[in-house]
Amino acid sequence: MTYEEALFYVIAAITVAGALGVVTARNVIHSALFLILALLGVAAVYVLLASEFLAIVQVLVYGGAVTILILFAMMLTRVRDIEGPLDGPQRPFAALAATVFLGTTVLAVTQTEWRGETDEATVVTIEQIGEALFSTWAMPFEIASLLLMVALIGAIVLARGEEGE
Amino acid sequence: MFLLADNVWLDALLRMTIVAVLVPVGVILLTWVERKVIGRLQQRLGPMHVGPFGLLQGIADTIKLMTKEDVRPDSADRPTFELAVFVIVVPVFMAAVAIPFTADIFVRNMALGLFYFLAVSSLGIVGFVMAGWGSDNKYALLGGVRAGAQLISYEIPLILSAVAVAMLGQSLSLYTLVELQDNTPFIAYQPLAFVIFIIAGLAELYRQPFDIPVAESEVVGGPTVEYSGIRWSMFQMAEFVSLVLISALASLLFLGGWVWPFGADNATWLQVVLMVVKTSAFILFFMWMRVSVPRLRIDQLMALCWQILLPFAFLQIIINGLVLVYDWPSWTLTILSGAAAIAMGAIIYRVARRSGVLYQTSGAAEQVGLVL
Repeated sequence: MTYEEALFYVIAAITVAGALGVVTARNVIHSALFLILALLGVAAVYVLLASEFLAIVQVLVYGGAVTILILFAMMLTRVRDIEGPLDGPQRPFAALAATVFLGTTVLAVTQTEWRGETDEATVVTIEQIGEALFSTWAMPFEIASLLLMVALIGAIVLARGEEGE
Repeated sequence: MFLLADNVWLDALLRMTIVAVLVPVGVILLTWVERKVIGRLQQRLGPMHVGPFGLLQGIADTIKLMTKEDVRPDSADRPTFELAVFVIVVPVFMAAVAIPFTADIFVRNMALGLFYFLAVSSLGIVGFVMAGWGSDNKYALLGGVRAGAQLISYEIPLILSAVAVAMLGQSLSLYTLVELQDNTPFIAYQPLAFVIFIIAGLAELYRQPFDIPVAESEVVGGPTVEYSGIRWSMFQMAEFVSLVLISALASLLFLGGWVWPFGADNATWLQVVLMVVKTSAFILFFMWMRVSVPRLRIDQLMALCWQILLPFAFLQIIINGLVLVYDWPSWTLTILSGAAAIAMGAIIYRVARRSGVLYQTSGAAEQVGLVL
């Protein structure tokens, strides 16, 4: 086993442990912290796949920003440990959804034609990403910005409404 | 790039070990420097008794902190409380890896070094929020929430001003950005971005005047309130390492790092001297600010970030875009950015004057209502 493989299994174990922690923790804040662990684990997998840019974006957006906002919202509300079982009568539906998702994922992994080995992966430079984003994919990019704009204006409208103006 | 060992993994490990050993030693020295500088600025002597000029005071303090009892509150959430300090310290060390100190002295020369630095250093916020919540102390929680709000807000102008420099250099590699400055440092072209970077950097360091997350007279130390001994000293270490890193980053991005003004081919010792002088200048400036400027209130803090720094950071990026696309001569960049920097200064001065911050007459009762 090469160093890279060993490292991959360690990272994968940490990621899976984090993901399990999210659903099994009895405290919501702990769930959020486990979520950060899982997302950082995914960033580490991106590094192993030679996609440094994607990894850094993952850390910047998910590790530093999104999860902080989740933590923030929860800390300002009352958080208590959940007593009793974590699942309920919806159990069969959850099992069904999980099985369908697992089946889809397995199908996707087995049906895709993977291009070469991981050590042959070509490094995509940030220049190429920029070119693609602003020429080939300019339209989706603009639509995404529009969506953010709408969300921003919506937030402002909600915040102003509370003042009773 | 030369390797310290035959194996890349062993080489990486060795480099990390060197960083992990050198950095705490530097921090011990820096705590002495800070106490001495602040002492002098306040017409005191600072530490005097341990060793010549009190030089060994930092080592004495380290021994004291390491042998102190590691107290944990009974009601604290133990894993969160204990892990929080590591979540704060580890990203700081990870960020240190990306900073080149001279043309030869660096851990890793990354193509995305600047981006990596900014992304990794944003992870520390999680640690503050964890410490604030895990301590089960209302002051710690208030401090943690304040730290989260402040650090996440000021990160945006910090990143945008760095983006402005990256636009000019057409690169995200700190090494390349420095090499480009052998004639003129970027501060000459980007005065506005420089001012924004320094203000936002100061806020990211949560030092005065931006120290509301840890303000002693308001939240008694904020997230650090329940920590003692070695864990508390790790907060201190993270703070000082970040101070050095932000100062080093500012001198790399805006003052030409080890290149300006002697060109790219000067001797290694001269490069080291250049970097030490530039970085120390920023560190001393940050210490000077700490003892001379009163603390901002949280509403003023947020208004400064979102209403002044952020629009002006966008303005700098728009100016850069125009000049780069239409290929205007570089002096237009200096004039436009300089004029915008002066305008920003004028706006801050006007607002400060009108709200009475300059004379600090606001009553204490008003501040009590704004604890959060």
